[in-house]
Amino acid sequence: MSELDTIAVAMSGGVDSSTVAAMLRAEGHNVIGLTMQLWNQRRLAGHEGMPESVQGRCCSLDDVYDARRVAQHIGIPYYVVNHEERFEREVVRPFVEEYLSGRTPIPCSLCNNHLKFDQLLVVARQIGAERVATGHYARVAYDQARGRWLLKRPADHSKDQTYFLFGLTQDQLSRTLFPLGDMTKPEVRKLARQHGLALAEKPDSQEICFVPGGDYKRFIDAYLAEQGESLPDTAGELVTTSGEVLGEHTGIHNFTVGQRKGLGVATGSPLYVIRISGASKQVVVGGEEHLYSRTLRARRVNLISVNDLREPMRVAVKIRHRHEPAAALIERSGENEVLVTFDEPQRAITPGQAAVFYDGEIVVGGGWIA
Amino acid sequence: MRRVYLDNNATTPLLPEVFEAMRPYFGERFGNASSIHHHGQETRAAVESARELVAELLGCRASEIVFTSGGTEADNLAIAGLTAPGDHVVTSRIEHHAVLHACKHLEEIGCEVTYVPVDGRGLVDPGDVRRALRPNTKLISIMMANNETGVLQPVEEIGKIAADAGVHFHTDAVQAAGKVPIDVARLGCHALSISGHKMHAPQGVGALYVRKGTRIQPLFYGGRHERSRRAGTENVPGIVAMGKAAQLAKDALDRGDDRKMAALRDRLEQGILGQVDEAGVNGAGAPRVPNTTNLHFDHIEGESIVIALDLKGLAVSTGAACSSGAIEPSHVLIAMGLRADQARASIRFSLGRQAVAEDIDFALALVPETVARLRELSPRYKRQAIST
Repeated sequence: MSELDTIAVAMSGGVDSSTVAAMLRAEGHNVIGLTMQLWNQRRLAGHEGMPESVQGRCCSLDDVYDARRVAQHIGIPYYVVNHEERFEREVVRPFVEEYLSGRTPIPCSLCNNHLKFDQLLVVARQIGAERVATGHYARVAYDQARGRWLLKRPADHSKDQTYFLFGLTQDQLSRTLFPLGDMTKPEVRKLARQHGLALAEKPDSQEICFVPGGDYKRFIDAYLAEQGESLPDTAGELVTTSGEVLGEHTGIHNFTVGQRKGLGVATGSPLYVIRISGASKQVVVGGEEHLYSRTLRARRVNLISVNDLREPMRVAVKIRHRHEPAAALIERSGENEVLVTFDEPQRAITPGQAAVFYDGEIVVGGGWIA
Repeated sequence: MRRVYLDNNATTPLLPEVFEAMRPYFGERFGNASSIHHHGQETRAAVESARELVAELLGCRASEIVFTSGGTEADNLAIAGLTAPGDHVVTSRIEHHAVLHACKHLEEIGCEVTYVPVDGRGLVDPGDVRRALRPNTKLISIMMANNETGVLQPVEEIGKIAADAGVHFHTDAVQAAGKVPIDVARLGCHALSISGHKMHAPQGVGALYVRKGTRIQPLFYGGRHERSRRAGTENVPGIVAMGKAAQLAKDALDRGDDRKMAALRDRLEQGILGQVDEAGVNGAGAPRVPNTTNLHFDHIEGESIVIALDLKGLAVSTGAACSSGAIEPSHVLIAMGLRADQARASIRFSLGRQAVAEDIDFALALVPETVARLRELSPRYKRQAIST
């Protein structure tokens, strides 16, 4: 078999990527299974109130075991590659730093940009696989007319993961396969059963893989304690939108835009976090009406379906993973920066999250909300 | 696909003669070696013959050999069995985890441990060992040959230091046994660990030499097997195999096969270095066992080389695998002063007695082109190329 037929499958030990490996193998491709070891779950266990025994999903021995058993079952070579150092540098640290500066990060996108579709592609090519397949729900296609590789929403919109993939470059897309793009999750599970995969009924992972139980505050405390840096003091004032000081808060990383519970103040009407200021360490709270806003600036923008934004463009913009794309106009407002103006004000536009632009099923591009 | 196995420091294939020797003990000769009847006598005789053969390889008495489940148990038995809370132990930073983690455990139960460094060649300085001694030092544990680099440590000198100080000396000889002659009297050691599967016997059997008169606390509680030093019914097929493997290893050393192996290893090493730039030998300038070469190929991930070569039929290794099977930068190479990226760019080739010239040709045809391809695709190498 030629090297073009060799495909590396990024195997997480979950049902999606396992099914991808089984499908490609059944289609006769030369398949190599790769699992990225990204984070040592035991590293922070027991630190600063972190659970002693972790059930975290990322790179746990259980998941590696599952991935390896699938590879053995379908008869493909399988390897674990260690990218812990890079993961910490490109994903974990920025994740902590973003929270400490008052933003709400998305580590999965960073991981896709810097690890899964970067480092893993390099390793894949080095070992003779020109393409990498993953279990993401998304579609990739070459558009002859535009001369560009397109990223498209999957058939099953409820599983759409394109929001996390907006950073993929043309070169990365040209080497990527998303074999589940046309399938629904029940279909994938059915296929997994047909291939005799023991993990066909394994539950989906939901949380951020390296944060056990989703308790990111405890994770940040534990990480900083382990790093020997005391937690930078991010405590400050809790103020209203009109500037009235309501009291003190415990640290800006404990808040996220749109949050209602846990503000530590009681007033007559419900209060929400409207804004977090990293510079002044102020958390601004106010009534729900203040949460709505019509514009945002997206920075470090990556464009996929178009080469450049010469003219303003009508698109639908998604501002968080569970957000129905909303109609908006996008226009270039600086180097790699795009101004998004929504037709209708959007609730809780959150700095640190991504704004991803859609033209129907096609991902135009996206950037990080400033 | 043709497959060539050059990872014999991980494990060695069972030699056919060894398999033949052990075969009856899976079948008709099944007795418990402690039983008084015919069946027990039959297997007892086999165990004691094997003990004599292992003793001959090490130059000791048969009664000084304690069979174990492998090298790790032998190391643990020596380290835990010769120390007590409050004692001080001297070991090195380049020991196998079987020693290092046993020493970590000692620290947890109230012992003190000094981990002496190594120089750039991977050698322990006996002077460091001597200077590390304290009034409460009870044990020195320094390996004979390093598993990753093959570097032979100055164990005879360390044995003298131990003798002068009246301290027990243990050496992990798992990677030395069968590769270089061993004479426990010359080493002056009180305990020496070996492993069956590193010398063409199967996995699951090993031995600890314990010098006569050395009191050692057992790890296990049970019957009085192995003169009360290791409880548990003997692994008769494994022990028989270990005896046969020891005999074959001794014969091979007596014939001078180690020099032939060194010649093959040197041809591999020189052949690769002649074709690959920015590469070198880890442990260059130090005495080494004849079967091992550890090379660094700068600017690439050793992990990728191992995978790429495996997919083409050549089995080699890098560093030590962690529990998931991913590779961590080698503590041995880091201790030798390599940068983490160089340590990760290092590959170990280790020959076995089955190695033939064609295996070396196969490796020489594959390794340079694989390294070249990896470098071509390495962002790190490209950056380097642009900046220089």
